[in-house]
Amino acid sequence: MTEATQPIQRRAIALVSGGLDSMLAVKVMQEQGIEVEGVNFFTGFCVEGHTHAIRKKDQEKQKRNNALWVAEQLGIKLHIVDISEEYKDVVLNPKHGYGAHLNPCLDCKIFMVNQATLMINKARELAGDRGFDFIITGEVIGQRPKSQRKETMPIISQESGADDRLLRPLCARNLPATLPEREGWVDREALYDFSGRNRKPQMALAKRFGLEEFAQPAGGCCFLTDESYSNKLADLWKARNERRYELDDIMLLKVGRHIRPQPHYKLIISREEGENRFLEGYRYQFTSITTVSCPGPLALVDGQFHSDEELAQAAAIVARYSKGRVMDEVTLEIRQPDGVARQVTVAPAHPEAVLPAWNVG
Amino acid sequence: MNDTVHELDVRRLLCPMPVIKTQNRIRTLATGDTLKVVCTDPGALNDIPAWCRINGHEVLETGEQGNEVFVVLRVGEDNGALF
Repeated sequence: MTEATQPIQRRAIALVSGGLDSMLAVKVMQEQGIEVEGVNFFTGFCVEGHTHAIRKKDQEKQKRNNALWVAEQLGIKLHIVDISEEYKDVVLNPKHGYGAHLNPCLDCKIFMVNQATLMINKARELAGDRGFDFIITGEVIGQRPKSQRKETMPIISQESGADDRLLRPLCARNLPATLPEREGWVDREALYDFSGRNRKPQMALAKRFGLEEFAQPAGGCCFLTDESYSNKLADLWKARNERRYELDDIMLLKVGRHIRPQPHYKLIISREEGENRFLEGYRYQFTSITTVSCPGPLALVDGQFHSDEELAQAAAIVARYSKGRVMDEVTLEIRQPDGVARQVTVAPAHPEAVLPAWNVG
Repeated sequence: MNDTVHELDVRRLLCPMPVIKTQNRIRTLATGDTLKVVCTDPGALNDIPAWCRINGHEVLETGEQGNEVFVVLRVGEDNGALF
C-alpha cells in the first residue's frame, strides 16, 4: 500500500427477534468492530407485545417488547417494519410448505432476509459507504427442524437474493465463506461452528459476553408455531370456505375463548378484563353479547345467526361464562355493529351442553 | 426547529403498531420537530420511549388521560429516512 487509507467502517443489518441467538450474533459482530443496526419484522403473528397488551395478567408480569429490549442492551438502533400485508402470501402459499403446524418457517426466513436485502440495497444506493454491507442472523444449523438445517441455509441465501452477503456468525464455520469473510471485513476464525438443538454453546457464549438476562421463547416468537393458534386459523379458513385473512382476524385469534356451536358462527368470549377491553374495540365491526343482569364477559359473534334459537343458544353459552352461571336466568344484550340492541333472558347453558368439539384451538 | 406539535393518532392499535407508526411518521419530520403520539395500548408507554432511546430521539413527556396514554417526543439527529 503506497498511501495511508482510512479503513471503511463496515456495517451490518441484523435480523433481531428478541431472542438469545440474534443477540449473540450481534455481539460477535460488534466484537469484530462491525457497526450493527437491527431490523425486526412485524408479521401480525408475532408473540411479542400483543399478549402483554391484551392480557392483564401478562401485562403485570412483563410489559417489555423483547426486540426493543435486546436492541437497547446491545446499543444498536432498531427499525421495526410492518410486513403484515405482504406476509399473507407467505402464510397462504408457502413454496416450501409448512412445519409441524401452519408455520411456513423456511419461506418466512427467505422472505425476511429478502426484505433485509432490499433494505441494504436501498441504503447502499442512497448512502454509499454509509449504507450497509451485509446481513447477519442468529441462525444455527439444526436449531429449528423446518428452516434451520444444513441444506436450507444455502436455499435461504439464494432465494432471498442476499447470496454471500448473508452471514450467520454462530454457525459460519460450518458453512462456505461469505463475502464479509472473504473480503476480510470479519475474521472467520473468530466466528462459531454451533450446530444442533443443544443450547449449551449459546449459554456459554452468553456468559462470556456477560449477558445474564435474555428471553428464550420455547416455540420461537411466532404464533404459527403454536398448535392451538394454528387450529384456530385452520378453523377460520374452513368456516369461510376460503383461505384468506385480514389483520383483525389474526389478532382476534390471539384473544379469548373461541367456541363454534354452528359452522356459520363462532363466539369469541373474553377471559378477563384485559381481553374485555381489547374486544370492546371490535363492537363496531361485530355483533356483540354482554350480560345485563350480572357481571360477565364480552363476546363477539363472528358470523351470522340463522334463527332466534341460535341467538338464544349463543346467549346461553355466554351466560355460562358469567357470574350468573348458577342462576336460573340471565339477561343479556345483543348489540349489532350499528348499535341497535335487544335484550334476551335465557337459562345459562349447562357446562356439558357446551360440547368439547365446539372449542376451537 | 419550530413550535408546531405534530400529532399522531394510534388509538386502538396494539404494540408494536404504535411504535411502527411513530417510527414511520418521524421519517417525514425534521430534527428538532415535536410529535405527540396518542394511544390506547398502555404498552406503548414502555415501547415508544424504549424505541426513542435506542434511535436517538428525546422523550419530553409521557402521561395518561382516562383510557388513553400519550408520549411527546423530539426528533433526534437521524430521522431514519434511509429506510
